[in-house]
Amino acid sequence: MHLAYPAVLAVLLFCVGLYGVLARRNAILVLMSVELMLNAVNLNLVAFDVWLRDTLHAGQALTLFTITIAAAEIGIGLAIVLLVYRNRGTSDVDKLTDLADTGTLPDAGSASIAPPTDNPADTAAEQALRAREQTA
Amino acid sequence: MTLAVGHPGFMSPSGVEIAFVLVGIATLGAALVTVTTRQLVHAALWLVVALGGLAIEYLLLTAEFIAWVQVLIYVGSVVVLLLFGLMLTRAPIGRSPDADSGNGWVALAVAVAAAATLVWVVVDAFRSTWIDLGGAAQGSTKVTGTVLFRHWVLPFEALSVLLLAALVGAIVLSKQGAPARRAASAKLGALSGLGALSKRKTGES
Repeated sequence: MHLAYPAVLAVLLFCVGLYGVLARRNAILVLMSVELMLNAVNLNLVAFDVWLRDTLHAGQALTLFTITIAAAEIGIGLAIVLLVYRNRGTSDVDKLTDLADTGTLPDAGSASIAPPTDNPADTAAEQALRAREQTA
Repeated sequence: MTLAVGHPGFMSPSGVEIAFVLVGIATLGAALVTVTTRQLVHAALWLVVALGGLAIEYLLLTAEFIAWVQVLIYVGSVVVLLLFGLMLTRAPIGRSPDADSGNGWVALAVAVAAAATLVWVVVDAFRSTWIDLGGAAQGSTKVTGTVLFRHWVLPFEALSVLLLAALVGAIVLSKQGAPARRAASAKLGALSGLGALSKRKTGES
């Protein structure tokens, strides 16, 4: 078999995954695209291992390691996505912009802007505390 | 390893090459549907097709152990995890209009440019490289097991520790929400003068 076939297929799969990572908005769809990219790399590893007839079979061992790490990554990633969904009510990566640089300096004088926290209930509690202090 | 001398041309493909190209087209099509469909659950199911096609490609490359690991771990568990994630984040069944972000054209341009560059480089580099698939299978379970437990034992053990750490981490992340919310609601209750009620609640729990 020509080595060009698996290599080109791996390249195309990687670029499909790249498009998915850049274009998708739902965090779980982004994770699926990352899986596609990892699989493209796995195909390359297996093809080059078979081509080189490596006595250590480094390509196949590394493929097994990549599959395991991808499983760990998807477990942790989904736990994080679920935590974000529970705290924010969305898994939309475009809306998670608390750390984004908006280009405008925060106005120090206005107390109406609540500092971003992980928990919306916490924010409500802090605002209630501040309102109580101001009235007292 | 056979070099350029006397390899068959692209115009007379062998049977395994025809099978590889056909399965590759199906895999690529499934991957394209996965990243473009607006139905989230369908995306996960097309991902099964793409990963299963890759398992067949591994079989055609005589790496059978990798192929079965691919079926077991990816098709068996990763896709099920992804489906659970979709259900737990209340993904809409049917079309969701906000599956794609607004920068689709930029992403398409980047992906097409990367694909063109990489395909050009890869084809230019490996145009005349021939994989010899004859002889004993390169990736049978016996070969892979021998190599893995003779030369790769230490990375293998380190990987099991990593898996354990990932498991513990996922559990810790998933358990974190409940006590934080209870503390927040207790604080809110105390602030609004319902301290007795929240104390009774925490006493119960």
